[in-house]
Amino acid sequence: MSEQMRMTVENVDLYYGNFRALRSITLNIPANRVTALIGPSGCGKSSFLRCLNRMNDLVPGARVSGSILMDGEDIYAPHVDVVLLRKRIGMVFQRPNPFPMSIYDNIAYGPRIHGEKRKAVLDELVESSLRGAALWEEVKDRLSKSALGLSGGQQQRLCIARSLAVKPELLLMDEPASALDPISTAKVEDLIRELRENYSIVIVTHNMQQAARISDYTAFFLSGELVEYGPTGTMFTNPRDQRTEDYITGRFG
Amino acid sequence: MTRQRMGDRIATALLWAAGILILVILAAFLIRILGQGLPVLDWNFLTSKPRAMAAGGGIGPQLFNTFYITALSLLISLPIGVGAGIYMAEYAKPGRLTELIRLSTEALASVPSIVLGLFGMILFVNGMGWGFTIAGGALALSLLNLPVLVRVTEEAVRAVPQSYREASLGLGATRWQTIAKVILPSALPGILTGVTLVAGRAIGETAILIYTAGVTVSRHFPDPSLMAAGETLAVRIWAVKSEGLVPDADRIAAGTSALLVLVVLVFNFLLAAPLYWYRSRNSR
Amino acid sequence: MNRARFSDRIALYLLTFSAITVSLVIAAILVFVGKEGLLTFLDVNPIEFFFSPDWNPPAGRFGALPFFVGSVAATAIALLIGAPLGLAGAIFMAKISPGSMRTAMRQASNLFVGIPSVVYGYIGMTTLVPWVRDNLGGQGFGVLVAGVILAIMVLPTILGVSEDAIRSVDVALEEGSLGLGATRWQTIWGVILPAARPRILAGVILAFARAFGETTAVQMVIGNSPTVVRSLTAGTSTLTSQIIMEMGQTPPGSPWNRALFMMAFGLLVVSLIMILLVRWVSNRGVAK
Repeated sequence: MSEQMRMTVENVDLYYGNFRALRSITLNIPANRVTALIGPSGCGKSSFLRCLNRMNDLVPGARVSGSILMDGEDIYAPHVDVVLLRKRIGMVFQRPNPFPMSIYDNIAYGPRIHGEKRKAVLDELVESSLRGAALWEEVKDRLSKSALGLSGGQQQRLCIARSLAVKPELLLMDEPASALDPISTAKVEDLIRELRENYSIVIVTHNMQQAARISDYTAFFLSGELVEYGPTGTMFTNPRDQRTEDYITGRFG
Repeated sequence: MTRQRMGDRIATALLWAAGILILVILAAFLIRILGQGLPVLDWNFLTSKPRAMAAGGGIGPQLFNTFYITALSLLISLPIGVGAGIYMAEYAKPGRLTELIRLSTEALASVPSIVLGLFGMILFVNGMGWGFTIAGGALALSLLNLPVLVRVTEEAVRAVPQSYREASLGLGATRWQTIAKVILPSALPGILTGVTLVAGRAIGETAILIYTAGVTVSRHFPDPSLMAAGETLAVRIWAVKSEGLVPDADRIAAGTSALLVLVVLVFNFLLAAPLYWYRSRNSR
Repeated sequence: MNRARFSDRIALYLLTFSAITVSLVIAAILVFVGKEGLLTFLDVNPIEFFFSPDWNPPAGRFGALPFFVGSVAATAIALLIGAPLGLAGAIFMAKISPGSMRTAMRQASNLFVGIPSVVYGYIGMTTLVPWVRDNLGGQGFGVLVAGVILAIMVLPTILGVSEDAIRSVDVALEEGSLGLGATRWQTIWGVILPAARPRILAGVILAFARAFGETTAVQMVIGNSPTVVRSLTAGTSTLTSQIIMEMGQTPPGSPWNRALFMMAFGLLVVSLIMILLVRWVSNRGVAK
C-alpha cells in the first residue's frame, strides 16, 4: 500500500494467563481510512482492538508480545504514558456507556480531565464534538439534561462525540451499532463515513454487509489468527483464502 | 509529569495512608485491650463471685449470665425472625402490608438500644412487676436481634436459586416442604452468618440489659432461675467504672474487656471455619 | 386435607404471624415510650424543654437543650472524622489495594464491629481522655473524644456500604472514562464516586443514626455535665448519656422520669426520621 500508516502491528501475540488469544497478528492501520475487523464470535477481533489502546492492561494476567507502533514508537514500551496514549486513541464501546451526568458534562469530561477549564473553550468543544457526531441539532436545547434520557442511538452518538472531544488521532469502535435499531445504525454508519476525513478508524463488526458498506480495508480474524487482510472491495469479491470466502458467503459464523 | 499524573500519585498515596491507618487503629485497640486485660484473666477471676466493696472479686456469675441471656434471646428471636424472613421472601405479595412489614423491620433496626432498654423496663420490670431479671433481659435482647435476623434470612432465602424451588415443586412437594427441606438448608450459611452477627452484638450489649437484667447478680452461682438478677460481663464493666466502689475497678474492667474481645475473636474464627467448609461442600 | 397440606397451612399462619409481630413490636415501642415521654408536658413547658439550657430537675428546671446540642455535636464530629476516612478506606479497598490487604481490611472491619461499645468507652476513658487532657488541655472529657470514639465505631458501617456502592458501579463507565485518557484517580473522582453517591449517602445517614443513638461508649467519655458544649474538651452530656446517668435515680411517674423518657422518645423519632431519609435518598438514586 502506498498509504500513510497510523499504526503498524507486527507479530503480536496476546495471552490471557496461559491462554493464547491472538497469534502472530501483523497488519497496518492506514491513516484517514476505515479498517474493519470481521470474524465469527470469539475469534479475537475485540481483544485485538483493545490491544491498540492498551485497554487489555486492565485485565489481570493479560500479556502482549510483538510490537505495536504508532508513529514509529512502540506503544507497549515501558516509558510510554498510557493515559496520554488513550487520549490520542479514542474508544467507542459496544453498549453505549454515557456517564450519569448531563449531556454537556459528558462531552466536557474528556477535555476537563486533561486540564481544560475555560468555559468558552469547553462550550466550543462540546458544540463541535456534538456536530461531529451528528447529534448537535437533536440535543442543543437540552445540554443540561441527563444523558441517560437519550435514546440508545443518541446515547451511542453521544459516546462518539465524547471521544471526539479529546481530539484523538485514531478512533477504535467495538461493534458500535450492534445494540442499536436499524435507523440508528444507518445514522452511525453515515457518521463513520464522514469521520474518515479527519480520523483514522478501526471498527470491529460482526455484520459483514456493514463492513462492506463503510470500510476501506478489511481484516478477517478466525480463532485468534489473522487469516486475510486487504482492500475491502478485493476481500469481498475476490478473497485469497478459502476460509475467508466461506465466512463471507455465510457457510459458517 | 503532568498535573493529572501528579494528582493521581498523591491521591493513591493518601488512599494507601487511609487503609493503613484503619488497620493501625484496630491493632492499637486490640493491643491495648488485650495487653492490659489478659494478665488479669485467671481461673479465680473467671469463676469467683464479685465483691461489692473489696478488691479481688471475680466475674463468674456475669460470665454465666452473659451466655445464658444470649442463648435465651436467640431461642426467642430465632423462630420469629427466621419465620418473618421466610414470609417476606417466599409468601409476601407486593402490597401495603408487605411494605408496612418492611418499614417496621427497618424502623425496629434503627431504634437506639437504650430506647429498647427503657421499653423493656416499662414492659417487664415495671409493667409485669418482675423487677430486674434474666427473662426480662433475654426478651428485650431478642428485640435487638429480631430485625437483623429477618433481614439476613430474607436475603439468604432470596438468594437460593429459583431452579431449586421449581425442581421441588415439580416433584409434587408442597410449599412448606420445599422451604423446609430444600430452601432452608441452602440458605443456612447466610442465616448462620446473621446469627453470629446477632450473638456478637448481644454479648457486648449494655444499655438494654442495664434496664432489664439489672446490675446485680444472684446470690447463688450458678443460678439458672429465669427470675434472677442478670448482670452480664459488659454491664459489669460499665457498672464497675460508674459506681467506683471497688478499689480494683480498673483491673476488673480491663480483664472483663479482654475477655469479651477474646470471646468475639473466637466467635468470629470459630464460625468462619465451619461456614467455609459448608459452603465449599455445597457449591459446585 | 392430607398431612402435607395441613402443615403447609399451619406454616403459612405461623410465618405470617411472625412477620406481623415485627410490626406490632415497633408500634408498641412507639406507643409506650411516646406515652411516657409526652406526659412530661403535663408538668413541663415544651419551650423550656427544647430550648432552655438549664437542667436541674430537683429544682424543677427541665431544660434539655444541652443534651440535644451535645448529641448533635458529638455525632457531627464523628461524621467529620469517620466519613472521609471510611470513604477513603472504601475506595482503597475497592480499587487500589492488593487482594490480601482487602481481606485484611474486611476482617478488621468485622472485628471493629465485634468490639462491644462498653469496651470502646473503657479504652476511650482510660487512654484517650488522659491523652487529650495532657496534650490539648481542658478536661479531656467532652465531644472531641466522644466524636473520635464514635467515628471509629461507625467506620465499619461507612466502609461496608461505600465499598459495596463503589463495586456496583458499572464497569462500562469506568472503561469509558479510562478510554478517554483519564487517570485512575480522575475516573474514581469524576465518574465512580458520583455514580455511587446515593448509596454512599445512605451509608453516611445510617452512620449518623448509629452515632446519635450510641449510649454506653459516649457516656464514659463525655464528662456527664449537663451544660451546653463550651469547647471540644469540656465535659458535657448527650441525650443518651444523660438518660443512662439519671434514669436509675428517678421515681417512675415523676416529671423527672418522664422528661428522660421524652428524651428517649426524641432519640427514637430522630432515628426513624433518619431511616426515612435513607429510603428517600436510595430511591432518588435508583430512579436517576
